[in-house]
Amino acid sequence: MSLLTTIFGRLIKAVLTLLAIAVLNFFLIHAAPGDPAAVIAGEAGAADPLFIAQLRERFGLDQPLYVQLWSYVKNVLTLDLGYSFRQGMPVYDLIADRLPATLLLTLSSFVISLSLGIAFGVAAAARVGKASDSILTTIALLFYATPLYWAALMAVLVFSVQLGWLPGFGYETVGSGYSGLQRTWDILQHLILPALTLGLFFMAVYMRMTRASMLEVSQMDFVKTARAKGLSGAVIRRRHILRNALLPVVTLAGLQAGQLIGGAVLTETVFAWPGIGRLMFESLEARDYNTILGVFLVSAAMVILFNILTDIVYRLVDPRIGAKS
Amino acid sequence: MTFWKRFATNRGAVIGLVLLAAVIAIALLAPVIYPGGPWKMVQRPFLVPFTTDGLPLGTDTLGRNVAAGLVHGARVSLLVGLVSTVMALLIGVPLGALAGFYGGYVDEGAMRFTEFFQTIPNFALAIVLVAILQPTLGSITLAIAIVSWPPVARLVRAEVMSLKRREFVDAAHLAGLSNIRILVSEVLPNAVSPIIVMASLMVATAILLESSLSFLGLGDPNIMSWGYMIGAARTVIRSAWWLSFFPGLAILLTVLALNLIGEGLNDAFNPHLTKKGRT
Repeated sequence: MSLLTTIFGRLIKAVLTLLAIAVLNFFLIHAAPGDPAAVIAGEAGAADPLFIAQLRERFGLDQPLYVQLWSYVKNVLTLDLGYSFRQGMPVYDLIADRLPATLLLTLSSFVISLSLGIAFGVAAAARVGKASDSILTTIALLFYATPLYWAALMAVLVFSVQLGWLPGFGYETVGSGYSGLQRTWDILQHLILPALTLGLFFMAVYMRMTRASMLEVSQMDFVKTARAKGLSGAVIRRRHILRNALLPVVTLAGLQAGQLIGGAVLTETVFAWPGIGRLMFESLEARDYNTILGVFLVSAAMVILFNILTDIVYRLVDPRIGAKS
Repeated sequence: MTFWKRFATNRGAVIGLVLLAAVIAIALLAPVIYPGGPWKMVQRPFLVPFTTDGLPLGTDTLGRNVAAGLVHGARVSLLVGLVSTVMALLIGVPLGALAGFYGGYVDEGAMRFTEFFQTIPNFALAIVLVAILQPTLGSITLAIAIVSWPPVARLVRAEVMSLKRREFVDAAHLAGLSNIRILVSEVLPNAVSPIIVMASLMVATAILLESSLSFLGLGDPNIMSWGYMIGAARTVIRSAWWLSFFPGLAILLTVLALNLIGEGLNDAFNPHLTKKGRT
């Protein structure tokens, strides 16, 4: 199967999945408590019956359900995610405004957790059974059980409040007037704690997987052959074991990356990071269902997009994957 | 070696079991230890831990006893973790079993459905469900079950697919047993051990999910939970660290205990894998 047909197939599947999520969203909106028109009227500050009836007509809420579903899906396809009366803005604009911060956070978190996880996993596997291996595995076990938001709060407490090393709040220093390199450096400092704490759990996952995968591959025959050829331990580890051990880790990492988006709601809440996760939290407090469901749809779309991207990358890196399926 | 002996040789698993037993005991005895309940204001707010008799962990922003909150919060964590896992098994096991056993269109349909739920970021879906259904103990449990069943379905499907090719299944067919009977009484009992391992890890994940939802303010407003305690103390982290620290530690230890038990069970069920090097 050529790369192009694969991408095409994946895109069709992605569109179908998004459509299904849009339909799910539609029914969730209808399941939300209260008549949408009454809710809107209440939020707009007027609740007389005439106004509600007008609203109902304007938003097509007096139409049969299937007509409403069709117009909802049509709206979603044209990126119209409804209006947030609480924020006085279309939901799409709200999200577009916040999305870059979330992308920056989740992508850096993914890179950090994957690279650190693999590095620690390799280190632990190389020292299997020794004290340093047990220490690394125990730390991973602890991270694996730590609530994300609690780790974030404790990091703020230690590194921001007690030590004063890093800012524990926001995206950049407000009113600093930084620009260019200075601003990048400022944002980077604000990024460290959220990105690290969001990646902590996944770092533990990737470390355990790398360690297990390294140990498994090191038992294989071709490793014995390499050893019999007289290659040094370090060369075998790097060129023979690691290369073969990484594939399952990276595959699963690509699939799990979507969960980072969910975690971002918690991290962004703790750090007041101005992304879509924080937007979701604010909308929860305001019971702003249009925005909640809009963020939900966009985060699902991001996950799907990311899965397609990783899939393409693997096919380019490892031709065997395309040949197998 | 018997199963329990193998389990007992795993130090981590035994520690986990002891920890979990302690948490269960605390949860069961909560009304005895603090009969006044977790909501009562007992002293002035922001009392520092270890400074006042009878209030070992201090008081919170409203002068409530933090230790009482912890003890009562154990109940909701364990309850939601357990019930949502059972519900997830009730969805995932039948779906996976039917898909694996019948194959073909049934399998195709069931797996598309499962894949769909795996694509959706599960914490985001849980948030949406609880927000729409309104936060109650029931809706939280249901939402966690809805986002946790897909891995179960996949596991059971894979197990059933490999088991159904075994000779004892052919023998059952020859003996004239019906398909459903073979699936339920011959195939599934052989898939129980991996399901138990997965279930113990799922309880841990469910506890984390429940606490995360409560942290965001999506907990049942009538029930004290660890996540709620941390969420309520989030804004005062600079002045009152203990309000977030102790509930988080409680979650960490409970989840750790369940993970250790899960790994111990896995090793005890698969002794041949254990020898090759633990993962």
